[in-house]
Amino acid sequence: MIPAEFDYTRAGSLSEAIQALEQGGEDAKLLAGGHSLIPLMKLRLAAPSLLVDIGRLPGLGGIERENGGWRIGALARHADVAGTAELGIVARAAGTIADPQVRNRGTIGGSLAHGDPASDLPAVLLALEGSVTVQGSGGQRSLSAQELFLDYMETAIAPGEVLTEVRVPALDGWGFGYQKFNRRSEDWAMVAVSAVVRASGGVCEDVRIGLTNMGSVPLRATAAEAALRGKPLDGESIAAAAEQAAEGTDPPADLNASADFKRHLARVLCGRALQEAAAVA
Amino acid sequence: MSATAETPHVGRSLRRKEDPRLITGRARYIDDIVLPGTLWAAIVRSPEAHATIVSIDGSAALARDGIHAFYTSEDMSDLGGPLPLAWAPPGVEVQNPEHWPLARGTVNHVGDPVAVVLGDDRYAVVDAAEDVIVEYDPLPAITDPEAALAGAPFVHESLGTNKVHEWSLAGGDLEAGFAEAEVTLERRIVNHRIAGAPIEPRGVLADYRAGAITLWTSTQVPHFVRLFTALLLGMSEERVRVIAPEVGGGFGAKLQVYGEEILSAWASRRTGRPVKWIETRTENMAVTHQGRDQIAQVKIGAKRDGTVTAFHVKILADLGAYNMLLTPLIPSLGAFVMGGCYKIPAVQTDITGVFTNKCPTDAIRGAGRPEATHMIELMMDQLAAELGIDRLELRRMNFIPPEDFPAAVATGVVYDSGNYAGSLDKLMEHVDMAEFRREQEELRAKGVHRGIGFSTYTEICGLAPSRITGPAGVGVGAGLWESAMVRVHNTGAVTVYTGTSPHGQGLETAFAQIVADKLGVDPQVVEVMHGDTATGPEGRGTYGSRSLANGGEAIARATDKVVAKAAKIVAHELEAAPEDIEVRGGKFSVKGSPDKGLTLAEVAGIAYIGAVPEGMEPGLEETMFNDPENFVFPFGAHACVVDVDADTGKVKVVRYVAVDDCGNPVNPMLIDGQVHGGIAFGIGQALYERIHYDEDGQLVTGTFVDYALPTAAELPSFETDRTVTPSPTNSMGVKGVGEAGTIAASAAVNNAVIDALRPLGVDFINMPLSPMRVWQAIEEAKG
Amino acid sequence: MSDPVPVSLTVNGVEHQLEVEPRRLLVHALRDDLGLTGTHVGCDTSNCGACTVHLDGKPVKSCTIFAVQAEGAEVTTVEGLGTESQLHAVQEAFWNDHGLQCGYCTPGMMMAAAGLLAENADPSEAEVRHALEGNLCRCTGYHNIVKAVLDAAKTKGPTIGAQS
Repeated sequence: MIPAEFDYTRAGSLSEAIQALEQGGEDAKLLAGGHSLIPLMKLRLAAPSLLVDIGRLPGLGGIERENGGWRIGALARHADVAGTAELGIVARAAGTIADPQVRNRGTIGGSLAHGDPASDLPAVLLALEGSVTVQGSGGQRSLSAQELFLDYMETAIAPGEVLTEVRVPALDGWGFGYQKFNRRSEDWAMVAVSAVVRASGGVCEDVRIGLTNMGSVPLRATAAEAALRGKPLDGESIAAAAEQAAEGTDPPADLNASADFKRHLARVLCGRALQEAAAVA
Repeated sequence: MSATAETPHVGRSLRRKEDPRLITGRARYIDDIVLPGTLWAAIVRSPEAHATIVSIDGSAALARDGIHAFYTSEDMSDLGGPLPLAWAPPGVEVQNPEHWPLARGTVNHVGDPVAVVLGDDRYAVVDAAEDVIVEYDPLPAITDPEAALAGAPFVHESLGTNKVHEWSLAGGDLEAGFAEAEVTLERRIVNHRIAGAPIEPRGVLADYRAGAITLWTSTQVPHFVRLFTALLLGMSEERVRVIAPEVGGGFGAKLQVYGEEILSAWASRRTGRPVKWIETRTENMAVTHQGRDQIAQVKIGAKRDGTVTAFHVKILADLGAYNMLLTPLIPSLGAFVMGGCYKIPAVQTDITGVFTNKCPTDAIRGAGRPEATHMIELMMDQLAAELGIDRLELRRMNFIPPEDFPAAVATGVVYDSGNYAGSLDKLMEHVDMAEFRREQEELRAKGVHRGIGFSTYTEICGLAPSRITGPAGVGVGAGLWESAMVRVHNTGAVTVYTGTSPHGQGLETAFAQIVADKLGVDPQVVEVMHGDTATGPEGRGTYGSRSLANGGEAIARATDKVVAKAAKIVAHELEAAPEDIEVRGGKFSVKGSPDKGLTLAEVAGIAYIGAVPEGMEPGLEETMFNDPENFVFPFGAHACVVDVDADTGKVKVVRYVAVDDCGNPVNPMLIDGQVHGGIAFGIGQALYERIHYDEDGQLVTGTFVDYALPTAAELPSFETDRTVTPSPTNSMGVKGVGEAGTIAASAAVNNAVIDALRPLGVDFINMPLSPMRVWQAIEEAKG
Repeated sequence: MSDPVPVSLTVNGVEHQLEVEPRRLLVHALRDDLGLTGTHVGCDTSNCGACTVHLDGKPVKSCTIFAVQAEGAEVTTVEGLGTESQLHAVQEAFWNDHGLQCGYCTPGMMMAAAGLLAENADPSEAEVRHALEGNLCRCTGYHNIVKAVLDAAKTKGPTIGAQS
C-alpha cells in the first residue's frame, strides 16, 4: 500500500523535464496520470528514485485533427479520448479501460509508454499503424507503433526521452470493431482484438488486426489480415480469416486462461471484431 | 398485560437509524481512531509456503529513524498460550498444532507472521519491515488435500499426519436406503476456496495503560476477543475492554480471535504506548481466514418414481495450515441440513479435515451450509435428469410436507417450521416456465445458450441452543445464548445493550422497532448500543444468522420484563390489576379506559423517584439471557437464469428471482438487503471468485485484481418475494436471514449453467464456472 | 526521508497548505493530515473505489494519486458532498433505498454516483452499473445502490459543487 521513498520534481517545462530525467538516470521516471506507475509502486514492484511530474505541463494535452490524422497529446486522459467519438476505435478502446475513475486520471501517453501488452491502447495503435513522438535533449523523433514496443513492458523510448504526442491516421470510411474479453468489465483484457477494415463493393480492400495480451508485445494478426484482404467481406471469408487470428502467437498462460484458451479467444474475438467492422465499413 | 400498538413499527420498512453517520462520512471505523503517541505496527510475513526459520535479523530496521521496537516470537515467551481452537467434540480426536501470533520455528503458509516492527509513522514502519532479513530453509509445500491425506510430507512434522480429524453425522439406515434405491448416482462435487473479503480490511488499536487495556478491533466477536486477550496476556478479564467500532463488513472473516489482536495488545503492554495495526488488502487475502474448500463424494439413492431413499456425503475439507477458532467445526454445520428440505430416511455425512500449507479456513458467510445446499440441490437436478422427472416435480414429491412440522429429520435435528411447496409455488408465480422454454429455443437458434436453475433450500441458524452446540453437545466451548439489557431513562428515552455485534445488518434499527412497539415509544428514542465489552452484559457477537432470532429475542424478552414492571407501577398508580394494563397509543393504560394512562416517561419518572409499590426495586432496567430452545430453519426457493456464450464460455446472470421465508418480518427492507447481498455472494463464488494456490503454495489470487469480486456491471437487479411461516421457537416468530441468500444461490447458478449446457452434451460441471472451465467442458463434450 | 514538498489544495471549499513526503498518497493526506476520515481505503490495487473523491470535479481514486499531484486542485470528499441537515440527493437516496449496509464502500460509491449524475442527469440502469464498475461493495449486491442512483437522478437534486 505504501510506495518506497523517492525524490520528486515538478517540471515547469518540457526541457526541464528532459533535463531532470537525464540527471536522474536509470531510476528516474516520468509521472503524468500515474495510473500505470503508482499501482506498481504501491506493491513495491517499482521503486523509482526520482519522479518527474509532467502532469500539468502545458502543450502536452489536446486532441486535434491535423491533415489526414489525429494528434492526441500525451497527457490526454482516457476519458477525453473516449469522449471524442470521431477517434473511432481509439475512443472505443479507451472507453473500456478499467473504470471511470481510472479513465479520469490515466493518460494515453502513460499507457503507451508503459508498454503493457495487456493494455487496450498498444494493440490499437499497432493496428492503426500509428506512431508516437518522443523528445529528448537531442531533439524529437517519431517512433512507429511497430518500433515502439520491444518486449514485455519495454519500449524504444530512451531514458531521458518524453513521449509528447500520439499520431493516428483518421482512416475515414474504414469500419472498425473492438472486442475485449475479460471476466469483469473493470479487468484487463484476457484477450482483445481490434480490427479496422476498408471495403469497396463488398470486397475487403484492406484490413488491419491488432491483438492484445497474446504475447509479450502487442501483435498484428497478419495471417488473418492476409486471408481477408481482397476477399468478399462476408461471413464466410471473415470466419476463414478469423481462424488464422492466433497464427504465430505464443500467449502467456495465467490462472484464468491457458495459452490454448487465449488462442481460441483470439479466433472468436477476431471473427466478432471483423463482423463489427464489416457492418460499418 | 398485553401490548397493543395501533401502528406497530415491527413489520415496516423504516429507513435505518445507522445511516446518517455513514452517508456523511462521520462514522468511526478502526483506522479513523487516533490516539496520541501511537506506534504503528508493520508485520514481517513469510514469502514461503513452508519453511524452517533459520534466522531473523531486525538490526537494520531498528537502526532507522523513528523505529522503536522490533519483536519476534522469542520476545513473546510470556504469552499464556497459543491462539485458541474453541471446538473439542466429545470422543473425537482433533490434531491441533500450536499456532502463535508470531511464528515459532517454522512458517506454514504464505503470509505467516514472523516479526513485527513498531514506529512513529505509518509509512516508515513499512520501509523498516522491508529491512528485516529472515533466512528460511524451505520445506516441501503441501497443497493438494488428497495427496496430503495419503502421507508424508507433513505440514506439521511432529504430528506425523496431515489428517486433522474425522467427524460423522449419520441418521437412518443408510445401507437399507441404498438397498431400497433403484437408481444410485454419484458425483464429485467441489466447493472451492473463497475469501470473505469485507471491503474494510481488519485493524487493531491497542492501548495499555495503568494495568488495563482497551482494544479497538474490527471484529464480529468483541467478547470472545476480550476473553482470549485476557487469558493469553495473563490479565484479569475486567481489565480488558474490547470495542468493535464501526465495522466495515465481516462475512465471517471477522468471527475470529486473530494473532494480530493478541500481538497488538501484547506490544502495547510491552512498549507502554498505543499500537495500531491496519491490514492491507494484500495481507487480508493471504492471512485473514478463508472459507469453503471441500471436495465431496456425493451419493444419492432413489426409487424410479422419484422417492429419495438415501443420501451420503463424504467430505474432504482442506482446512489450511492451522486450526483457528472454529476451523474444523465449519463443515459440520452443513451436516445438520445435508438432506435439505427433503424427507430422506437415511442421511450420512462423513468429514475428514486435512492440513495443507495454505491460509486456515473458518466460518465464511453460510459456513458449511452453502456447501450442503450446493450438494443436495445439484444432486436433485442430476437425479431428475437421470429419472426423466421434471426437477421441480421431483423436489415437490420429496419435500417435507407442511403438516410434518416441527419435523424431526434423519440428521437428528428438528426443523422448526416450513412450507417448502408454498415458497416454490410463490417462486413460480414469478417464473413462467413455458415462456422461458420458448425464449430458450429462440435464443439457441441465435447461438445464445440460456439456462434456468433452481435451488430450494433450508438452513439451520440462529446460533445456538447451548445444549446442542455446547461442550456436551457438538463440542463448541461456549454457550451460544445471547444477552440484552434494556434501560429506560428518567425521561422515557431507552438505551438497549445487545451482546450481538452488528456490522452492517441494520440491527440498531430493527432492534429499536421491536423495543419501541413494546414500550409505546418512537424508535427514534431507542438507542441500541453494541460492540463494547465495558457496557452491557456479556455477549456472543454476530454470526450464524443469530442476531435477530437469538439476540433480538433476548431484547424482546428483556423489554417484556420492563413492560411487566411498568405495568405493576401503572396498576399501582391507577388502582388497577397489572394484568389489565396495556400499552396503547403511547400510553400504559387500563383496558377499556385508553384516556387515563401514563406514558413511559411518566412511568420512568415514578420508577426513578422511587415512588414504586412497596417491595419493588426502584429503576426501570432489565437484563435477559436468551438460550434458544432450538435453532431456526429459514427456507425458500430461488431461480437463476443465465446466458452462456458457448464460444467463449462466459456466463452472465440475466435474471435472479428469490423467494425467502424468514418467519415474521421485522423490517422487510432490511430482509431484502440481506438477501440481495447473499445472492451476490453466491453468484460471486459460482462465477468469479476463487482463492488459488499454485503447487508451490504461492497465493496466485492475492489482490483484488486477481480475486474477482463481482461489480455492479456484472450483476442484474434481483427480484425478491417472501412467504411468511413463523418460527415457533421464539416469541416473535422470526428466523435469521443473513446467510440465506448465499446458502441458496451457488446451487441455483450452477444448475442454471448445467441447464444451459445440456444441449451441448455437458450434464455436470463444478464451480468456479469461469469462462475457461465452461469452454473446456463444452470442448470435452464434443469429444 | 525525501524532502517534504509544499502542497496547496482546496478541499471541500477550504484552502490548505501542507508539507508532505512526495510519496504521500492523497487519501492519507485527506485522512491523516486533514482529518477527513470519510474517505476509505479498501485495497492496494486501485480496484475497490472506497477512496473515490472528486478532483477538479471528476471522480478519481485518491489512493492512486500522490498528494503532490493535487497541487492547486479542488478536491471534494464525502464530507463536502452534503451535510446532515442538507443531504445531497445521492445521500438522501442511499438512505431512503437502503443503498448501504456496513457503509464502508458508501462514501466512494456515492462520489462515483455523483460524478455520473453530474455528467448524465438521466442514466439508464445499464449506464449506472457501468459507471460503478470501479467500486466494490460486498454487502448490498449493488441492487439498492443502483436503485438509489436512479432515484437520485429522478429527484434532480443539486449537482455537486460549482466545478462539476
